Amino acid sequence: MALPHSTTASLPQRGDRGFPFAAAAAAAAAAAAAAGQAPPRPRPAAAMQFMLLFSRQGKLRLQKWYVPLSDKEKKKITRELVQTVLARRPKMCSFLEWRDLKIVYKRYASLYFCCAIEDQDNELITLEIIHRYVELLDKYFGSVCELDIIFNFEKAYFILDEFLLGGEVQETSKKNVLKAIEQADLLQEKTETMYHSKSFTGFKKAY
Amino acid sequence: MVVPSLKLQDLIEEIRGAKTQAQEREVIQKECAHIRASFRDGDPVHRHRQLAKLLYVHMLGYPAHFGQMECLKLIASSRFTDKRVGYLGAMLLLDERHDAHLLITNSIKNDLSQGIQPVQGLALCTLSTMGSAEMCRDLAPEVEKLLLQPSPYVRKKAILTAVHMIRKVPELSSVFLPPCAQLLHERHHGILLGTITLITELCERSPAALRHFRKVVPQLVHILRTLVTMGYSTEHSISGVSDPFLQVQILRLLRILGRNHEESSETMNDLLAQVATNTDTSRNAGNAVLFETVLTIMDIRSAAGLRVLAVNILGRFLLNSDRNIRYVALTSLLRLVQSDHSAVQRHRPTVVECLRETDASLSRRALELSLALVNSSNVRAMMQELQAFLESCPPDLRADCASGILLAAERFAPTKRWHIDTILHVLTTAGTHVRDDAVANLTQLIGGAQELHAYSVRRLYNALAEDISQQPLVQVAAWCIGEYGDLLLAGNCEEIEPLQVDEEEVLALLEKVLQSHMSLPATRGYALTALMKLSTRLCGDNNRIRQVVSIYGSCLDVELQQRAVEYDTLFRKYDHMRAAILEKMPLVERDGPQADEEAKESKEAAQLSEAAPVPTEPQASQLLDLLDLLDGASGDVQHPPPLDPSPGGALIHLLDLPCVPPPPASCSVTQAGVQWRDLGSLQPLPPGFKLFLCLSLPSPGLSSHPRSQSV
Repeated sequence: MALPHSTTASLPQRGDRGFPFAAAAAAAAAAAAAAGQAPPRPRPAAAMQFMLLFSRQGKLRLQKWYVPLSDKEKKKITRELVQTVLARRPKMCSFLEWRDLKIVYKRYASLYFCCAIEDQDNELITLEIIHRYVELLDKYFGSVCELDIIFNFEKAYFILDEFLLGGEVQETSKKNVLKAIEQADLLQEKTETMYHSKSFTGFKKAY
Repeated sequence: MVVPSLKLQDLIEEIRGAKTQAQEREVIQKECAHIRASFRDGDPVHRHRQLAKLLYVHMLGYPAHFGQMECLKLIASSRFTDKRVGYLGAMLLLDERHDAHLLITNSIKNDLSQGIQPVQGLALCTLSTMGSAEMCRDLAPEVEKLLLQPSPYVRKKAILTAVHMIRKVPELSSVFLPPCAQLLHERHHGILLGTITLITELCERSPAALRHFRKVVPQLVHILRTLVTMGYSTEHSISGVSDPFLQVQILRLLRILGRNHEESSETMNDLLAQVATNTDTSRNAGNAVLFETVLTIMDIRSAAGLRVLAVNILGRFLLNSDRNIRYVALTSLLRLVQSDHSAVQRHRPTVVECLRETDASLSRRALELSLALVNSSNVRAMMQELQAFLESCPPDLRADCASGILLAAERFAPTKRWHIDTILHVLTTAGTHVRDDAVANLTQLIGGAQELHAYSVRRLYNALAEDISQQPLVQVAAWCIGEYGDLLLAGNCEEIEPLQVDEEEVLALLEKVLQSHMSLPATRGYALTALMKLSTRLCGDNNRIRQVVSIYGSCLDVELQQRAVEYDTLFRKYDHMRAAILEKMPLVERDGPQADEEAKESKEAAQLSEAAPVPTEPQASQLLDLLDLLDGASGDVQHPPPLDPSPGGALIHLLDLPCVPPPPASCSVTQAGVQWRDLGSLQPLPPGFKLFLCLSLPSPGLSSHPRSQSV
């Protein structure tokens, strides 16, 4: 997949407050107050709340949640957000306000990459995060397209987990991320051959 | 017969091959049944494959909760393939709401102490994604140990896991605070990034930690400076900017440390200036760093010159061709407009340019910012731009724009005429989107500007003649024509082209409003009352008006019917009082409804308190006193000038003796009507005569005018 930067943007949504994150933050603040500490600045649980990948038909291809929500809530959020983002026209900017979150999204070929960040986060650097992730996928799969992500969704997750951890960037060097994935894949292969050859001699350090 | 289980890829192919939703559901249900059976049988070899299939199905939206225990078994297995899928499953299917999640704590503990890096990585990743407070408490010692491990791969993950733990269990801050100082000396970017994130989290949670970490500001400045002056590095640079992720994170921490602290802010000033001027802004990465720098400058106690530099950078962003950057600039300027008003004012022309954006989210921001930038010196130019915008803006912005313009006009109007013109223009362009009190405000304004009565009524008449669909405009116009109809017909006015208006035309227009299906009931009420008032302002005989009034006496709308019947009665039985009742209104207090109510109530009280049918002096003076109070209460009341004695005297004389039929000459003239005060000599209104005096008062609650108690 050539990585065309097609910027899309749309109307900001001034949705209702009282979103589950706000409730979670309120609960956290109450807990801290009960523990006798100075009340923390009201912050939801993570910098990046979640990342969704979905196709132009609205089919979900990857979902990574960094906040604890019930399955029902996740489904509801996904459905609404997908609808909102898909309704945007091609020439609009990549940011929109949805409920009490900022949404940063970008379309690469037939896939929408959509991240939800907090109010005080930098939207432009989130665009860079999305772009870096796409580059990693591209390097790993060799000219990645949507089908690669459909048929190898676990790999897509593994790569994301080497780049982001708990909603924060963990490794800024492309080389190191790809090396880590390679090592993990190698280890997997080794254990498979060992397992199947039934000559299991125990694990060794990967690198 | 054992059916060999499908491989993941094959299942995906089959699902994608399904032509309908029902077919897909069938395939998936069949496969899930197999998977459930396989889980029951406990096949260890293919368990990871079954779970992978289940996870795929879960992503499509189907239930997968029966796979939760399998995740645990897979994580506990010693095979790396199993662990990989098992941990992925745990992150997708388990979370702190399920009791089962605590069962993986032990497996994670084992994996963390095992020493195989990919496995440790998996465990840390899972812990930081779905780790609950209990898990975090249990595993904190393990993670702490890993912070000191030699391998950077595990350390960077451990640091970010610590960040997550602190978010879940703030007490663990004390555990993770000591290692930070040492970690800051690392050269590995991943570890640095993680450490800075950790310090940021600690500082945001506790003021004590904030004070503690203020002493590392020089070190942070040094790190950032090295980054900025470092040359190109293939590993970390993005379009000429070295490691923008790390730069942005450092800037963020500096912002938190420098907030409200002179000393730290001073240490950072040079560096921030350097970053602001040297960053390559041709691509998004550089702009991201620059944006973070601007945010930091605005938040700390920076030098004045630096603040101006920051606002100018935002101004430059506004001219950028990239829409995203313009959006970000508009949002930031909106945050700054209160604190650095003059600096933002300098960029007013660019902001106004942004109103013309095609992207609605950008034009909305530009609108908010433009409204915030209006002040008394630029109000005319800005209003012109905003009015042009109002004509072409998308419908959901209309209401905001209209109310913004009206508010700004109220605050900064240079002249009353300009104010009236502006409101007129808004009502004509976006009448349906204005707030309810716009009508009341406009009538208040017009009523108060006596020199502009002729001008207003003429303009309103012209506007009404063109278009009777915009309800607020029609209401105001009807009221004005009713009140100042005589000025309209008089034909001369310096400020506007002379226009010959015929009486019949005016009446025809009002009748058109009455009959139009576009008119709201309230509007009809206005029109009917206006017609009634014109009966005293116009010179002709009132047959046409009387006709209309009697027709509406059988109107289906109760409100209109009541008014029409009462007006009809006024014509037939109380014609001698008609002139006085329908004379021009004095100005009412601005906070309209209360004063209106009070005025009405006191008038009612005045009438009720009248005992004797014939007005005696003391009672008249009592009434006068009450009315005095009224006059005093309603601030800047403009008294219409008193009539010259003879007609006025004749009127008073007439009204002294209610049973005397009125002389023929009287009704029409009332150029300025009797002084309000003189109504004191009026008898109390006959019973059953509802309170009309307040008819002409437009109240904000338009749909039904308040009814007095029946006497």
